[in-house]
Amino acid sequence: MIRFEQVTKRFGSRRVLDDISFEIRQGEVFVIVGPSGTGKSVTLKHMVRLLTPTSGRVWVGDTVASEVSGGRLERLRERFGYLFQGGALLAWMDVFENVALPLREKTDLDEDAIRTKVQQTLAMVGLETDGQKRPSEISGGMQKRAGLARAIVRDPEIVLYDEPTSGLDPVTARMIDQLIARLNRQIGITSVVVTHDLHSALSIGDRIAMLKDGRVAELSSPAEFRRSRNPVVREFLDAQYITPETQDGGF
Amino acid sequence: MIMREPIPRPEARNSFQALGREALHVVGEAGRCGVLCGQALFAVRHIFRSVRMRQEILTQMYVAGIRSIPVITIVAVFTGMILALQTGLALSRYNQEVFVGSAVMLSMLREMGPFMTGLILAACVGSSMAAQLGTMMVNDEIAALEIMSIDPVRFLMTPRLIAMLVMTPLLGFYTCMMGVLGGGVVAMTQLNVGWSQYVVNALDFAANKDLYVGLLKSVVFGAAIVTMACYEGFTTEQGAVGVGMATRRSVISAFLLILMLGYFITRLFYN
Ligand SMILES: Nc1ncnc2c1ncn2[C@@H]1O[C@H](COP(=O)(O)OP(=O)(O)OP(=O)(O)O)[C@@H](O)[C@H]1O
Ligand SMILES: [Mg+2]
Repeated sequence: MIRFEQVTKRFGSRRVLDDISFEIRQGEVFVIVGPSGTGKSVTLKHMVRLLTPTSGRVWVGDTVASEVSGGRLERLRERFGYLFQGGALLAWMDVFENVALPLREKTDLDEDAIRTKVQQTLAMVGLETDGQKRPSEISGGMQKRAGLARAIVRDPEIVLYDEPTSGLDPVTARMIDQLIARLNRQIGITSVVVTHDLHSALSIGDRIAMLKDGRVAELSSPAEFRRSRNPVVREFLDAQYITPETQDGGF
Repeated sequence: MIMREPIPRPEARNSFQALGREALHVVGEAGRCGVLCGQALFAVRHIFRSVRMRQEILTQMYVAGIRSIPVITIVAVFTGMILALQTGLALSRYNQEVFVGSAVMLSMLREMGPFMTGLILAACVGSSMAAQLGTMMVNDEIAALEIMSIDPVRFLMTPRLIAMLVMTPLLGFYTCMMGVLGGGVVAMTQLNVGWSQYVVNALDFAANKDLYVGLLKSVVFGAAIVTMACYEGFTTEQGAVGVGMATRRSVISAFLLILMLGYFITRLFYN
């Protein structure tokens, strides 16, 4: 579905992605973990051509995402929902209008249909009563959930989640995990989740990729990942008190 | 024209090459600003379909225009007063104080009106525009718009540009009138020129051409301010520091453009 082909990304002289290749399959939950600043967000941005690789190619289906432009880029992006790390809500609109924006600008739905759809989506992320608030009046976690609502309101085929649960309390974080899993199981949305939270990675992921120093250090299923002997992975697991025996409840 | 990465500038081997590269870079930037302005103007065609754009234009007219009126009034009145005082003192040596009206009127209409309006709007409105767009860039809000296939130029820049193009000539004219008013006060109190004498003299010498050229200047300055602000905003990088730099650069380049464009327009129409 999404394929990175020897992608290298440099910012000036800094090499952030170093000859990365991997493939994300249709309908799976693909989790990307890794220390801060290793290029996880940069990787996501390559999938929708917010950034272009210095060399190599990014494929989405049978289009070369790293090279399209104009109408084809627009159609490519329409297949995606993107939850940004900070939520990226427009500050001067309230939560409801933020979520309604893609519907208003890009569809011909009438006002009633838009209202229903937005309310439904807000309810999915637990914000049904906060629609009238401005982004500056709600907490960071709520902003993130509103961003999530906006990302999924047009029923995209693929959703990219940039740290969907960071900054959330454990209960809400599990709720978001369940939501991601549900969207994946019920509607078949292909999901790419960037996270620091290994518990959620292990419970929702079909496969987990570990990025380190611009390379894929490990790419395996949760069960294999937990038992991995790779020192980079072990260090990361130990830091979150996950041993090969720890059980994680899947959804 | 939205850029997340700096344009690569190859290392120069000597100062001559560095100068050349810098010149090329500036030409490139100018070109990209021109393209950006063109894109924003081209997107005006959506105005008939988009209620949101029409509302946004009104909001921006209020933000850019109405809210600047207090500052503009004060600056305009004092500019007129200074002009009247200086020219009046010079004229009074030849007992020609009566001409102070025309002197103030012409310099306000042709030069000072648009110029002062431009500088104030660049400092108040352009800077906050660059800061807002820069912050949106840094917070990935612009990226979010792009993912939703909402063109940030159409969505953010076009309403600001239209609002500015409507407001600047009005404000420019208002500045002239306030300047003439201020000049009149000085003429009456300091130069012993009667109010009616002052006004008659001012109107006698003002030609339609002066008005039109002044208005044209205002419009051009307005376009320059918004273009620089949006260009700097859309190319902001590196977090809060970047927003500060973008704001600063947008004001400086707008100031320079106002001075240079002002000269060339004057040159074009008054030979
Ligand atoms: N537009 C850009 N221009 C220059 N450098 C950039 C840009 N975007 C990202 N970088 C650099 O790329 C590196 C990776 O950034 P990225 O945001 O992908 O990290 P991350 O893995 O998402 O980290 P975190 O977990 O903290 O979000 C960082 O060192 C950053 O400085
Ligand atoms: Mg990140």
